[in-house]
Amino acid sequence: MSGRRIMTAEEIRRAVIRISHEIVEKHAGTDALVLVGIQRRGVPIARRLAEAIREHEAASLPVGALDITFYRDDLSMLAQQPVVKGTDLPFDVTGTTVVLVDDVLYTGRTIRAAMDALIEYGRPTAIRLAVLVDRGHRELPIRADHVGKNVPTSREELVRVRIEEIDGEDAVDIDRAGAPAAVALPVQ
Amino acid sequence: MVTDPALVEPVEFADRSGEPGPLVEPGANPAPAGQWRHRHLLDVDVLTADELDLVMRTAATMAEILARPIPKVPALRGWGVTNLFYEASTRTRVSFEVAAKNLSADVVNVAASASSVTKGESLIDTIRTLEALGARILVMRHATSGAPWLAAETFGGSVINAGDGWHAHPTQALLDLYTLRTHLPGGSVAGRKVVILGDVLHSRVARSNLWSLTAAGADVWVCGPATLLRGFEAWAATGVGGTRRFTVTSDLAAALRDADAVMALRIQRERMASGLLPSLREYAARFGLTRERLEAAKPDALVMHPGPMNEGVEIAPDVAAGSQSVITDQVANGVAIRMAVLYLLAGAPRPAAERTE
Repeated sequence: MSGRRIMTAEEIRRAVIRISHEIVEKHAGTDALVLVGIQRRGVPIARRLAEAIREHEAASLPVGALDITFYRDDLSMLAQQPVVKGTDLPFDVTGTTVVLVDDVLYTGRTIRAAMDALIEYGRPTAIRLAVLVDRGHRELPIRADHVGKNVPTSREELVRVRIEEIDGEDAVDIDRAGAPAAVALPVQ
Repeated sequence: MVTDPALVEPVEFADRSGEPGPLVEPGANPAPAGQWRHRHLLDVDVLTADELDLVMRTAATMAEILARPIPKVPALRGWGVTNLFYEASTRTRVSFEVAAKNLSADVVNVAASASSVTKGESLIDTIRTLEALGARILVMRHATSGAPWLAAETFGGSVINAGDGWHAHPTQALLDLYTLRTHLPGGSVAGRKVVILGDVLHSRVARSNLWSLTAAGADVWVCGPATLLRGFEAWAATGVGGTRRFTVTSDLAAALRDADAVMALRIQRERMASGLLPSLREYAARFGLTRERLEAAKPDALVMHPGPMNEGVEIAPDVAAGSQSVITDQVANGVAIRMAVLYLLAGAPRPAAERTE
């Protein structure tokens, strides 16, 4: 059985456009502003934000991809090493305002790892955070500056973000996570 | 997979369905090709084409780290990596040490010549001692073929074979494959003619490369004086792994003709029994890789050597330093490959007793 849909493709599109305006508004322009997506689904979302900003601000923002694998705090607890997707930051982050982009904000550990990874590349003036979904249950003192949708969840639930560039469609669903739930989800 | 609920807790990572963590969503995306399932890396013969590809892709991300101003990530923080070398080595030992340090592991170097081995301590005792002193990954070089397999039976962590006798040198084979893939047009060795030239008999590099290069689909030619090819004709006839053929010849001109890459091997004087070669001069005259001979290969053919080189014997100095040479790239790529191997093995399956979480 499939989960409950909490964002449709249309809602995702509107959220991306709204966040793109918020980012520019908060930064008061686009000077020294860069977008960095967290592998994997943060990367296409960051590209879409850049595209939206290009349309309404006529400014082309640099977009990078950040792989946080080596900075995870649970590497020794995983049964198998995660596949590394690679980092590609084709610009110097020093002196820029970096907007980290990810699909889901949950415990905050990914963002902690992302900030550690980013700082290895230079000293940004500021780091901000934009996420498509904030599902709560933070374990670290981290919050998002820009949120597509706040979704109250329980820890047993699984928030599943699907992005067209990777999954062939745009959607956000919530599944009950029992052990077999992940298996039971049909391939759409 | 993992059943401990404590490990299933950080569901946030489940949103990255490409990752093979404990929370991969089956069906959401195809599983990444070639997941790592080996606890030790003793030879490349056990690696499938998919697993070779996984090592190559992981090494490419390590190369990105090496290009940073500070080439260091915290991935193996707190991991004890012990280099146990019973044979002389510069590049392999230093390469493993640099790789482990780049991943923030704690590195201990043991040279057997300066250890209790000289007081008669057995290999197994040495390994138990190092394990008790915190080694979780043991990088081992030994003059006796098979010694790392014995070590792997005793050691509770992972063993990496850094060269055993004439037998195997898996990280060298992996870095050679990586170097070929990064330099060959199209990024693949499939269908490419790769020549392994020289003292094949004593070469663990040649033996490991035969496994990985044929698995990756290369057209492998092994060439040298007949005395240094003993046994390889029979192996070529049955094929590597029972199926994958390679060509054995003493005809240097035929081997080099239209080659895409030539890997010269060191004449291993320390292992050479008398009577195999009349003299080094004669070897250099008949089988040395010179500029003139290299002209038979493709114009942009790659020149490789696992090092250390006897310049003027198996390879002419102007060829070793020439524009086609990727020998220094091999050394640099060795660090990326060893980082990849250390990283992958750190996530390898452990004996139950060691899984404490």
